[in-house]
Amino acid sequence: MWEYSDKVREHFFNPRNSGPLEEANGIGDVGSIQCGDALRLMLRVEPETEIIQDAHFQTFGCGSAIASSSALTEIVKGMTLDEALKVSNQNIADYLDGLPPEKMHCSVMGREALQAAIANYRGEVWSDDHEEGALICKCFAVDAVMIEDVVKANNLNTVQEVTFYTKAGGGCAACHEGIEEILAKVMSERAGPGEVSPPPACPATPEAPRPPSAKLTLVQKIKKIEEVLDAVRPMLQRDHGDVELADVQGKKIYVHLKGACSGCMMEAATLGGIQQKMIETLGELVQVLPSSHMPVEA
Amino acid sequence: MDSSIYLDNNATTRVDPAVVEAMLPFFTEHFGNASSIHAFGSEVGKALKKARSQVQELLGAEHDSEIIFTSCGTESDSTAILSALKAQPDCNTVITTVVEHPAILNQCEWLEKEGYIVHKLKVDKKGRLDLDEYRSLLHERVALVTAMWANNETGTIFPVIEMAEMAAAKGIMFHTDAVQAVGKIPINLKSSKIDMLSLSGHKLHAPKGIGVLYLRRGCRFRPLLRGGHQERGRRAGTENSASIVGLGKACELAMQHMEEENTTVKRLRDKLEIGLLSQISHCFPTGDVSNRLPNTSNIAFEYIEGEAILLLMNKMGIAGSSGSACTSGSLEPSHVMRAMGIPYTAAHGTIRFSLSRYNTEAEVDRVIATAPPIIAQLRKLSPYWSDNQGLGGPAAKPGAAFTPTYA
Repeated sequence: MWEYSDKVREHFFNPRNSGPLEEANGIGDVGSIQCGDALRLMLRVEPETEIIQDAHFQTFGCGSAIASSSALTEIVKGMTLDEALKVSNQNIADYLDGLPPEKMHCSVMGREALQAAIANYRGEVWSDDHEEGALICKCFAVDAVMIEDVVKANNLNTVQEVTFYTKAGGGCAACHEGIEEILAKVMSERAGPGEVSPPPACPATPEAPRPPSAKLTLVQKIKKIEEVLDAVRPMLQRDHGDVELADVQGKKIYVHLKGACSGCMMEAATLGGIQQKMIETLGELVQVLPSSHMPVEA
Repeated sequence: MDSSIYLDNNATTRVDPAVVEAMLPFFTEHFGNASSIHAFGSEVGKALKKARSQVQELLGAEHDSEIIFTSCGTESDSTAILSALKAQPDCNTVITTVVEHPAILNQCEWLEKEGYIVHKLKVDKKGRLDLDEYRSLLHERVALVTAMWANNETGTIFPVIEMAEMAAAKGIMFHTDAVQAVGKIPINLKSSKIDMLSLSGHKLHAPKGIGVLYLRRGCRFRPLLRGGHQERGRRAGTENSASIVGLGKACELAMQHMEEENTTVKRLRDKLEIGLLSQISHCFPTGDVSNRLPNTSNIAFEYIEGEAILLLMNKMGIAGSSGSACTSGSLEPSHVMRAMGIPYTAAHGTIRFSLSRYNTEAEVDRVIATAPPIIAQLRKLSPYWSDNQGLGGPAAKPGAAFTPTYA
């Protein structure tokens, strides 16, 4: 059986705000076709203030789907619609002290129901942009659709690259076969008929950098470094982490990994991913190191 | 967990105390290696021989050398399939069914990637095969037919005796995954045309980690594991002697309890099923109820989800299992339920009750009393259900009333 937190169990055994809500003026009906779960979220919104006065749910789904629905109603009560639209699925999971990776889609369904209910209240049509596939990486809850999309969008060729971009495969490594299958599929589509090539093996060392472009001044270089960090920051913040430039010493770029990133088992992969982007952007071979590796000044 | 009621015997069973007792000396005084020439080894050798004949008797096999001990049902299944392909290099096709256990299906999926052709026989809404479709697929390039004797989820029994004869008439090997059938229904292999059969110890009150591949004498074979001469070179690796002894004892006990299984256990299963169906609306048994294992009942409770049912039952000390997606870790509900065309809203709410000779009348009564309020409680939460004037029922034409936007 799943390792559910006490909070999940509590909200499942004693769900809050369940059942129909008579005076509801915003209703969101959503479902996940793959797992079959479905959720109806009912809101009663005060038209003057746009404050959610009451929220109820009805859920066809497993323990964590019911707990996620219950948590969602508790979270949004008292919020304005604009505040409620900022509630993410991670907020729902956090409220429940976490969900097993296989169950994160339950919290996604909660967020979608919320968006749908608010759209319904505002008389808008809500369309779902989220597609969900079979779970590939259980360590970081990454599904097949996401991996395939990222592989296509970024022209990825190796398991290592997939790990840099999505984290999938960076933990126990048991899903590498699954990732290779997705790579092989996308790459054969990319190659077209008649020239199918298998994905190359995971390289032991990073690939050689491109030839250096015209030399940058230190200020230009630091600006570029900050641009790279700004680009990866949203990805890290999504997982409650962050990164900050500590120092640049020649070819060595020292960064502070903050929040959930510090001490994370993925630290090496995160730095590897940042390093890859630095090399591409700066056009020279650099090393990205944690600030703890900075030489102690005499 | 003394007051807990265990109704998940198709998942695994409790090791019979007599089996434990038979095994214990083989961890201590009889620890020898059966291959050794000294007394430590020969004692073990004798015990293995006895166990082999006990298994032989339960299966009704003609020779004790047809019994090959393996580590589990999955190993037996993989050995059978890969052996049939290796031993018949001119054949490239395997016939199986859509409702097999993953031990067969995932192996077949891999074979397809390797370039083999796999035909999966479909089932009807009761989980039954179309033997005319089967007959039409038996051609000279087929290396093996592999079909389960009884389905793990519904207990539905396939006509494997007849299917093996049809295959034999075309000179095609026949394997059956019988892990759910062995010990629950009588089996007599010597009067059949079955070439290979898999069984798993822990489904019949022996420990986990021991299985058997029955291999008819004269059936072409290529081992999966090569190495020592154990099992006549057909399965190398030092014998798991304590577990083999335990499995032998469990087979002896299964023979003794065969009638009980088909009378007492069957009656309790029927009582449970009738008790639930008569009290709860909008639920139905799945599979071929007139032709199934005596211990298994699989009921689909519509408009609610299986994991939620299991969690609430577990709280009341009742253990069952479900075909819902959420209990499997995959996103899909049971492939068996989908193959039978059971709609999502029912497939997700399937609960399997699988009994054993350890279950009592009092336990069945308690489940009959406990389950209805659990179902009612969850239906109250379901958007597909409506509680109109206290008369519970699906929300006016479900699907019309509640039509979620699907991701």
